[in-house]
Amino acid sequence: MTSPLKLAGLSKSYAGVRVVDGLDLELEPGRCHGLLGPNGAGKTTTLRLALGLISADTGTVDLLGYPMPAEAALARRKVGVVPQIDSLDPDFTVRENLLTYGRYFGMKGREIEARIPYLLEFSGLAGKADAPINNLSGGMKRRLTLARALVNDPDLIFLDEPTTGLDPQARHLIWQGLRRLIGQGKTLLLTTHFMDEAERLCDVISVLDQGRVIVRGSPRELIKQHIEPHVVEIYGDAMAEWKTCASTFCRRCEEAGETLFCYTDTPERVVEELENQPGLRYLHRPANLEDVFLKLTGRDLRD
Amino acid sequence: MINLNWYPVWRRNFLVWKKLAIPSLLGNLADPMLYMLGLGYGLGGLLQAVDGVPYLNFLAAGTLAYSVMNSATFETLYSAFSRMHVQKTWEAILNTPLTLKDVLLGELFWATSKSQLSAVAIMLVIWTLGLYDNFGMSLALLPVALLTGFCFAGMGLAINAVSPNYDFFLYYFTLAITPMILLGGVFYPPSALPAWLADIAAWLPLTHAIELARPLVLGRMPADVVLHGMALIAYGVVGFSAALALTKRRLLK
Repeated sequence: MTSPLKLAGLSKSYAGVRVVDGLDLELEPGRCHGLLGPNGAGKTTTLRLALGLISADTGTVDLLGYPMPAEAALARRKVGVVPQIDSLDPDFTVRENLLTYGRYFGMKGREIEARIPYLLEFSGLAGKADAPINNLSGGMKRRLTLARALVNDPDLIFLDEPTTGLDPQARHLIWQGLRRLIGQGKTLLLTTHFMDEAERLCDVISVLDQGRVIVRGSPRELIKQHIEPHVVEIYGDAMAEWKTCASTFCRRCEEAGETLFCYTDTPERVVEELENQPGLRYLHRPANLEDVFLKLTGRDLRD
Repeated sequence: MINLNWYPVWRRNFLVWKKLAIPSLLGNLADPMLYMLGLGYGLGGLLQAVDGVPYLNFLAAGTLAYSVMNSATFETLYSAFSRMHVQKTWEAILNTPLTLKDVLLGELFWATSKSQLSAVAIMLVIWTLGLYDNFGMSLALLPVALLTGFCFAGMGLAINAVSPNYDFFLYYFTLAITPMILLGGVFYPPSALPAWLADIAAWLPLTHAIELARPLVLGRMPADVVLHGMALIAYGVVGFSAALALTKRRLLK
């Protein structure tokens, strides 16, 4: 099968700043792809380029076999988008939202009506067909936005921070839905700031920084390649004095504010020592994607 | 190229309007009628015939044109701005196969359609009160209203495209709409103005609309039909083209 989305040598500048800078990205069909990166890394611009909403300064975009942005209208017939900002129609009910959105794809009313029960069941909104949008909770609105993106039965779905602002229950519901889509063979491209979300859902992750992909791989590969398997986080007043001591036990120590992050293959020694330090609190955990992300993109704020 | 891709956008606006039709009708239609009847009877009682007809009859054509203008303008400023900027409706549509041109054409034709309601309401008053001279000729007011709605919808979308917020629209009302109402011949014939001001007023789109509408109410064939009609189309087309370019710069950069 051919790749649903191929970005090659993509660049885009705004006022002399290269927001996307020679980016290459190729999606595998039927997989969930994560696009991670600090604010300003070029994630949203990359999505807009991929959808053909804007044109690149250099490079090519191939979306479902169509060159973008020239054939954007054709390609987008089989693409679904869950935007970051809620854009549901507040004057409409749940059903009217789906019906109206389906018409933008040239679908007939009857065709959309036939699909609505499935979409409502999928998004856990069965029985809410006639509810006005303003009566829905934040989680329900996000799920409806997801259902709306599926109205045209897309092959490729873009999700721009689909769970931002949701409570854990609502996030889990969205994740269930996304797993179901992956099970159906859909290709997903997901941006998120939640590393646990990316780790849970994505088969392949691309980390973006300064407009290019700096690493790519499965969450497990990335953790294995880029970070020590164990992390001990140390907090407390005595942390500063203990810093030199920690570095003798651990391969790498990083201080961030009031916390010392110790990365190591053998956590037993540190933990043993820490048990004898009443002035310190600590947390021992396996390394995760967030550790990789922070190592690769740094701890500085990007606003 | 014109195709029917804009229709789902038109239809979306129509469906929303249908849900809120009653209060929206009241606001859109009652206001110009009250002006026309209030001024027509009140002021008309103090005046001799204007242009050879009772003041109310004179006022009817101007009211029709300016209420169509108002309706198309409000729809493309406040309502379109809500959809574009606040509700992000346009951005949601742009993720589908529809293009920005489809969205803006949908808005253009929607605002034009909606403004026709104002025209029909005023025409009902004209017919009911017998303010017309020749019924057949009064029917020709319908295409005039259509061109007028198109003209101001196109211009309104251009203003919408550059507006940072709702307050910005006040400039357009103060600098364009209000002067047009006062100089375009709604309340008195342009011949009442000093010659230099009348020369300027002749260029205003509302003046063109009233130059067409007034003779039709009074049962005369308007002069320079092609000139006035083309002027209305030109203002609309130029406004719409600007709207397309400016909105593209705003949303798709």
